[in-house]
Amino acid sequence: MKRKIPLLITFLVGVIIIISEFIPHKPFGQISGELEKWYLIIAGFAIILGQLSLFKVNLFKIRHRQKNWQFFILTLLSFILMVSIGIFWGTENHPGIFGNGETISNTIGTKPFDYLFDNVYQNLQATMFSLLAFFIASAAYRAFIARTLESSLLLVAAILVMLGNTSLGSALTGWLPESLKFLHLPRISEFIMKYPTTAGQRAIMIGAAFGIIGSSLRIILGIERSYLGGK
Amino acid sequence: MKKTILMLFLFSASLLFSQDIFFEAVDNPNDDGCAIQLRWDASNISSTKMNIERKDDGGEASLVQKVDKAEGEYMDGEDIKPSIEYVYCFSAWDENDQLIEKVESVVFAKAQWFNSEKISLLILALIITAAILFFIYSAKSGKELYIRKIAGLESIDESVGRATEMGRPILFIPGILDLDDMQTIAGLTILGKVAHKAAEYDAEIIVPVCRSMVLSTAKEVVKEAYLKAGRPDAYNPDSVFYLTDDQFGYVAGVDGIIMREKPAANFLMGAFYAESLILAETGFASGAIQTAGTAMPSQLPFFVVACDYTLIGEELFAASAYLSKEPNQLGSLKGQDLGKALFVILLAIGIVLEISGVHFLKDFLTVY
Amino acid sequence: MSENIKKKQIDRRWIFLLLFISVALPLIFVIGFPIETTENARLVYGLIEQTPKGSKVIISFDYDPASKPELHPMGKALMKHCFDRDIKVIVTALWPMGVQMAEDIYSDLKDNYPDKKYGEDYVNMGYKAGGIVTIQAMGKNFRDIFPQDMNGTSIDELPILDGINNFDNLGFVFALSAGDPGIKQWVQIAHDTFGRPVSGGVTGVSAPAVIPYVNQQQQLIGLLAGLKGAAEYELLTKTPGTATKGMDAQSVAHLIIIIFIIMGNINYWRNKKAEKKGVE
Repeated sequence: MKRKIPLLITFLVGVIIIISEFIPHKPFGQISGELEKWYLIIAGFAIILGQLSLFKVNLFKIRHRQKNWQFFILTLLSFILMVSIGIFWGTENHPGIFGNGETISNTIGTKPFDYLFDNVYQNLQATMFSLLAFFIASAAYRAFIARTLESSLLLVAAILVMLGNTSLGSALTGWLPESLKFLHLPRISEFIMKYPTTAGQRAIMIGAAFGIIGSSLRIILGIERSYLGGK
Repeated sequence: MKKTILMLFLFSASLLFSQDIFFEAVDNPNDDGCAIQLRWDASNISSTKMNIERKDDGGEASLVQKVDKAEGEYMDGEDIKPSIEYVYCFSAWDENDQLIEKVESVVFAKAQWFNSEKISLLILALIITAAILFFIYSAKSGKELYIRKIAGLESIDESVGRATEMGRPILFIPGILDLDDMQTIAGLTILGKVAHKAAEYDAEIIVPVCRSMVLSTAKEVVKEAYLKAGRPDAYNPDSVFYLTDDQFGYVAGVDGIIMREKPAANFLMGAFYAESLILAETGFASGAIQTAGTAMPSQLPFFVVACDYTLIGEELFAASAYLSKEPNQLGSLKGQDLGKALFVILLAIGIVLEISGVHFLKDFLTVY
Repeated sequence: MSENIKKKQIDRRWIFLLLFISVALPLIFVIGFPIETTENARLVYGLIEQTPKGSKVIISFDYDPASKPELHPMGKALMKHCFDRDIKVIVTALWPMGVQMAEDIYSDLKDNYPDKKYGEDYVNMGYKAGGIVTIQAMGKNFRDIFPQDMNGTSIDELPILDGINNFDNLGFVFALSAGDPGIKQWVQIAHDTFGRPVSGGVTGVSAPAVIPYVNQQQQLIGLLAGLKGAAEYELLTKTPGTATKGMDAQSVAHLIIIIFIIMGNINYWRNKKAEKKGVE
């Protein structure tokens, strides 16, 4: 029974959503709209579950003095700090329970929440994303090795696209006469991105789409149950 | 009397033919009867003010839209109900606020039982579904089905075994999207198999997640896997935990775990974006054996470079069937293959037809 | 992975250091490499140019500070272009931080456009969770999903939203997208389901996956890809900004990566030769 009810719900909801794609008449269009609203509500409430888990796991590690337990104090402190100043003095357009915190705002220029958002959070995010540039460099260095004919082709294509996607490409081949413009690096790069790359990407997307259809059907029909923790 | 009638006829006919404004209100097709399409062309007159009003079932007129373009269309979807008479009135005034012309159009909104624009979608969906169901049925009846070897999935045992030997944990990341993405669900099905193996080998598994709904599902999956392996006592509820919804906050958290805990095996299965390479390169630097799987085409090259095994696109979705070896699951893979074959045929026919200047197939398959 | 590749290669920390220098220096000492526009950027520009004055459009800010350097200049140039063409902008956000990103741009621009009024020419509807489900629901009933703007003003009191009940009366949807939910979902719902023109801007790293949507069916009308796309758009709208400035740094960084790739190959072949000799 514990397993059968979720399977039945999955089947019914799946079928209704598929039908509503083709039948705009009431009640199908309406039901799928209502189900979408339910999803939004559940997703909203589920956030609480996540926060509780964050607290529970971190508190456990601190209480039992697990390895690096100091880091977990920092996590919880940052969380509590952001939430409390948001509740106390609000954000840019919304007052908090203690009003707008004019005294603090006058000293630091903006509300404390916005101050931390602009000066700490934004920069931390940008830093993490920037790491990608460094990792791309080291991964490219390792990956683009001309071992075989295929990898040599990949290497040449990568260099052409890299050059073509920068101002350097325009500068290097900008002097080419009109009759040889097809050799202009930005054009070569655009061609590679537009045709061979797109063809490959589409093939993967189409394959994945069939995978999604197959998986969805398995789930709707109850053949695939491992997401419920079953076999 | 005859003369008067004739005069009236001529007058109304002259009115009709002198109409400078084109205005029509028609039912919006393929919907639930809650919208009316309005089209107008008033480019023959010089008007400074135009508007469209609506009378509901003989009631008071209300403004629908002030018109600022001489030619255009507008979709009225405010409080429209099916099978009720609506009278729309397009009025235009000159600079002296004198009414130039007023045109009326009567319409009923209708709810359709079938969206005819999606007929091609329905046909293709039915063919693919029928193919999948047929192969599931034939697999159930005992027909043996071949499935090619997928190295990434074969390596699960090796990875879990390595972690056990080294006494280090296994890290499993089910992507960064929520449960409404199929890749996350595919990732969670693989998590079940990995957790089952980890329970059998008595290896520790760590599952940091970045969505609350994924948290509860992942917990359930791991718990069931331990139960099925006969090791419910070894299940640690805190092994599955939530970090943050924030993309790069999550990456920072997971990178920290990789550097501190030094897992022996990393599994990255699900939907990934820009964080894919940051995670995979950190894992590479820590010396872990890495298996990744995603259907995100732009992230696949990163995984191929930095991971030992990569499940590409559909292989991620095939994992559950592949690992379970259940005939009805394998049957669905066969059905998918038939769908793909059909697609290739359609593609080839489409190319030939388009080159020959026949656009029938393209038009038929284009769905808006 | 081949052992040869793993061994005797440059320590990746050297790569990191050189890359850092190659990005930092051109930001300080501007070189001024020329920029050329691509067809995808011109398509985006054409879409805005062809949209009739007074049209209402949705710009969805689906990114956060992490991708600000790439997407923010696009957002700024685009909003400016819309204001110049008297196009009314309705801002939505599928990412919580997107709201702030849009406000950032609007507060930068509003002094230059004193005649543009909040609620008439521009409105920020705030963030909505739910991704694709939200877009789907917006297409069915916009007013249900956004009963008020981010300041709590009722949708009925905002003249810009008169007649906006779904996607029907919108000129186009433009998604500034750093991931999921983002441009893919807008294409799937706003274009594929509701038939509205969709265009967008994405980070450079996700561009290859989005470019297939720029096709004959016009699932996407043009695409601004990464910093280069932003710089191209700045060039087209004649408003050079941070993207144009950043192109020098990007160009030099790419050159450094290419040099490292060449060095990696030399190392590989040298190692291979040495291995062969060892065997002999």
